[in-house]
Amino acid sequence: MIAHAALLALGLTLGQHEAAGTVREQNPQAKVEAPEHGEKGEAGEKAEKQDLPTLMLEHVANGDTIEYPGFCHGRLAWNCELNLRALTGGRWVIHAGGTQFDMNPSKHTIMMWFASIVLLVVFGVGARKRAVVPHGLYNFLELLVQFVRDIAISNMGKRHADRFVPYLCSAFFFILFMNLLGLLPFTLFSVATGNISVTVALAGFTFIITQYAAIKEQGIGGYFAHLTGGVPKSLWWIWPIMIPVEVMGLFTKPFALTVRLFANMVAGHFVILSLLGLIFAISFWVFPVSVAIAMAMFMLEIFVAFVQAYIFTMLSALFIGLGLAHGHDEEEHSEQSGGEHGVGEDSYVGRKVPSHG
Amino acid sequence: MTNLALSFLAAGIGAGLCVIGVGLGIGRLAAAAMEGTARQPTASSDIRTSMIIASALIEGATLFSTVVCLLLAIKV
Repeated sequence: MIAHAALLALGLTLGQHEAAGTVREQNPQAKVEAPEHGEKGEAGEKAEKQDLPTLMLEHVANGDTIEYPGFCHGRLAWNCELNLRALTGGRWVIHAGGTQFDMNPSKHTIMMWFASIVLLVVFGVGARKRAVVPHGLYNFLELLVQFVRDIAISNMGKRHADRFVPYLCSAFFFILFMNLLGLLPFTLFSVATGNISVTVALAGFTFIITQYAAIKEQGIGGYFAHLTGGVPKSLWWIWPIMIPVEVMGLFTKPFALTVRLFANMVAGHFVILSLLGLIFAISFWVFPVSVAIAMAMFMLEIFVAFVQAYIFTMLSALFIGLGLAHGHDEEEHSEQSGGEHGVGEDSYVGRKVPSHG
Repeated sequence: MTNLALSFLAAGIGAGLCVIGVGLGIGRLAAAAMEGTARQPTASSDIRTSMIIASALIEGATLFSTVVCLLLAIKV
């Protein structure tokens, strides 16, 4: 839960820097209604036409207004606007040493909060009835947590897994819920992981925890020694090449995590919006084909939501496990774990003879 | 041709090349998975899990270049 709150806080901070430079709705546009999916609202108060790419970009990018279907200006409408910046008055700013951190909530921030609240409610309700033989929601949640724990065990070994399972569970469920909430209809729900600041924050957490785990296992000296990439001291002249490459390798892995999650979510939504936008670009009568293919894309997006959360968690566990695998205090604990050495349960590399004393 | 036109053209051609890359990559992966499952049907669920993981990774790499194309097309 603390990791959760920290995730939120970091995402908030980084997300706000982006909100300042995103597409602003200067002229609320006339949008034609698509009643099946409700992703585009109907004619607003000011009837100015907007072109399709800008509209699509607006749906995916961060912004300061939330559009919700409701009753405003004396009639029911698909897109009543709630300007978040006007709500807080633009006052939520942290001044720290010359720079300002703009903490005013934006669309994606509200989605992150909402995902967190849903998560807390689901797990809070589910975790109440603990029993040796679980029933109901607790049973189902235990299935999912067990799934994440298996990811951790297969990547880090049984000894270390339980230390990092809380973080991996937080990451998995938070990303999963954010991805899935972005698929709900109405512009009210936007996909928070489609904001690169959010995914940078998540990958940054993995990075911090990976380095922390590596330093804890290898010691500071061992950690820097491993940055040479295993090249022995006798070949010292290779070090000026190896060390920059290894340091870059430290950063490319979280970068890949970031861009993979971000691009998958944004690309999925772009494709759906393009397909539905064909209705407006070509003619009204392509809507059966357009909606059918968009439904297929939505199914794919549900699948991709799960897969991306799983991949993020698995790669985080893998990176943490790589850092843990070079630790030196594994020999001390060999009697405990029966001579288990190296990453993973079934590794036979370096396994000591079973007659341990 | 103006710079803007060139960037749009580049975005379009780039997107097509991205899809060629991912199609080839995941196609080969799927072929190998099918073959492995055909050889040993009992291993099919393990192969399926590995296939999904590998396809997500390949797709991630493709989406790097897709994002570059998007940036070219959108930075008007």
